[in-house]
Amino acid sequence: MDLVLTPEERAFQAEVRTFIRERLPGDVRERTWSGARMDKEGQVRWEKILSERGWIAPNWPVEHGGTGWTPLQRYLFEEEMEAACAPPPMPFGVNMVGPVIIAFGTDEQKRRFLPRILSSDDWWCQGYSEPGAGSDLASLKTRAVRDGDHYVVNGQKTWTTAAQHADWIFCLVRTSQAAKRQEGISFLLIDMHSPGITVRPIRTMDGGEEINDTFFEDVRVPAENLIGEEGRGWTYAKFLLGHERTGIAGVSRSKAQIRRIREIAQNETSHGRPLAEDPRFRERLAEVEVELMALEYTILRIVSAMNAGTAPGPEASILKIKGTEIQQALTDVLMRTVGYYAHPEHPSAEPGANVAPIGPEHAAGLSARYFNWRKASIYGGSNEIQRNIIAKMVLGL
Amino acid sequence: MNFSFTDEQNLLRESVEKLVAAEYPFEVRRELAASEAGFSRELWRKFAELGWLGLGIPEDAGGVGGGPVETAVVMEALGAGLAVEPFLATVVMGASLLKHGEAARHDRLARLSAGELQLAFGFAERQSRYELANVETRAEPDAEDGFRITGTKSVVFNAPAADVVVVSARTAGGSRDREGLTVFALDSGAPGLHVREYRTMDGLRAGEVDLDGVRAGREDILGRAGEGIAVVEEAVNAGIVAACAEAAGIMTRMHRDTTLYLKHREQFGASLSSFQALQHRLVDMFMACELSRSMAYMAAVRLADPETEAAELRKAVAAAKVQIGRAGRFVGENAIQLHGGMGMTDEMPISHYFKRLVLIDSQFGDADHHLREMAGTAP
Repeated sequence: MDLVLTPEERAFQAEVRTFIRERLPGDVRERTWSGARMDKEGQVRWEKILSERGWIAPNWPVEHGGTGWTPLQRYLFEEEMEAACAPPPMPFGVNMVGPVIIAFGTDEQKRRFLPRILSSDDWWCQGYSEPGAGSDLASLKTRAVRDGDHYVVNGQKTWTTAAQHADWIFCLVRTSQAAKRQEGISFLLIDMHSPGITVRPIRTMDGGEEINDTFFEDVRVPAENLIGEEGRGWTYAKFLLGHERTGIAGVSRSKAQIRRIREIAQNETSHGRPLAEDPRFRERLAEVEVELMALEYTILRIVSAMNAGTAPGPEASILKIKGTEIQQALTDVLMRTVGYYAHPEHPSAEPGANVAPIGPEHAAGLSARYFNWRKASIYGGSNEIQRNIIAKMVLGL
Repeated sequence: MNFSFTDEQNLLRESVEKLVAAEYPFEVRRELAASEAGFSRELWRKFAELGWLGLGIPEDAGGVGGGPVETAVVMEALGAGLAVEPFLATVVMGASLLKHGEAARHDRLARLSAGELQLAFGFAERQSRYELANVETRAEPDAEDGFRITGTKSVVFNAPAADVVVVSARTAGGSRDREGLTVFALDSGAPGLHVREYRTMDGLRAGEVDLDGVRAGREDILGRAGEGIAVVEEAVNAGIVAACAEAAGIMTRMHRDTTLYLKHREQFGASLSSFQALQHRLVDMFMACELSRSMAYMAAVRLADPETEAAELRKAVAAAKVQIGRAGRFVGENAIQLHGGMGMTDEMPISHYFKRLVLIDSQFGDADHHLREMAGTAP
């Protein structure tokens, strides 16, 4: 056992670091650092820079535009990105539907969809959850009925992040009432500009509108947009879940958050001294740092096993649970740094707002972020579902 | 020892609960929070008619008497309805503060009790965090035996509606000295007093109060010049006890709503409430609610008892605030979690209760602050 990177790995790390330092637009970096809401224009600008360098989809096979990196290199890349406050590519195309198309799509589907994901010209969103199908996803009801060379889709998807920005949605739809619910589900790619689709924003408690209800009313979808076989959608969805996990812990993002907390704490006072010198504050932060280190070295053990050829198992659920718990704890510490200034709605936190800050400039948006980030232990399979996965798949209970 | 409420206190609770049930469905709360004023003047008049606004004000000063326990009873019931009316800012703080004014100014207490006066108390500043004696706003003597007050008060609740703005200011000493503080009651329209108004994340109204040479006379002083810390601490103690009761009301309501949601919501062919892991979570939340209610009542009783020694009271109030702050996070975060995606939405009342509950923690000092007060480890 050792914790030393090889000279090649160190050189790789330096190359990534230099590239990001030179090419990441300052305004995009600033938005990520301050936790401001995603802005599509800036996100696309950065994704195209990554794309030109060939680094937008490190997890894809080389022949489809991937990088051919080892798992450790991919991890180092993600680390450098997060540490530099470079937003990761939107996950729906690169991390989610892309690998499914590569694994199960037709050649025509690959030609049609993959290049536009790589170039960030198509934005995707995910049509899984429904009002009646959350943790119990297999109870979904959105129906796709075959009509000649089309499917006709009716139903409602919910919590669709970025649906208002998306060109395409990948959906789990019911194509038959099979005895086993999972066997009646198919995986369908639907053009978001199709007639019959309505997107309605859902306002969340922090005041944001990043998620939506997406309604389908007699939406005609060419049958060629079906992935793989009818009735096998559940299998493809499970495959996709395996691909969703690698970066979910957000270790380096949490490290960047700790740096930000320290910076703010230098500019806040407590009992007449900088908050950064306050023992209670330091201990609170140190407690989270211990958890974060434990998570980081757990990930490194998994990455190391992957490097040696072992596929990551359901242990990835540990990363989701602990990663999101740590992220949430940090939004709490962050909010606490500003004391009473957690209370105001800060108009200066809104994109494009040109108003004087209320209280210290760094206070804007901190409590909104705490409230918004409650979502992290709910989305992507709630932390309760993740515990079920560990109980069943890891512990065999 | 007796932890039961008197008949009068039970009647008071029932009357608040009845009004909340009849006139405060969540949609009304939502509209009021979004309205220009941020609360209902009409309901405020009704509060006055019912005698609630005179709580804590002696009858000979135009109030209805009663003390911290009665106030806690009202706050708990208002918390359960997530009322946006500034009962805490005006009635709880006002009754505590204004009684220290000259007898000639006791008409303010009568006006407050009649619902004709709104009050805001500015005691925090940018650099002060939760330290009450940390005041840099200065009151300099002027040529007419009065003062000119200059400084900025942070996050002053109810400042936009206030007729009277009470502020702590330094008439002597250094910025963290307990001595040398003086508390002034100012007319909100006084020249040089400016309020930058804003909404708070939990649906209330507050403002930054700028004081640019605001004139105050000796008759505007509450308590004694230079000894204002006692007035500030007394008001903050009353505020903490009231906020703890409000939080207890909120927590219990959140626990109830979450239990109902889990009973109603079916996944995997069963109601979510049938899953043992979730049942245990509801039990832990329930325990946190009950322990918090105990602490809220304990602190109210201690505060109501004139025999309570200062050190004992400090400990009681700090301990209650620690309990409420921690239990608030636990109950609140789990209530959202157990609602799943629905808990994140603005549409569901639960998210609004959550925001108020979380922000009560930092009002009058958060759990970390009061833990140190208790342990005697504050720097």
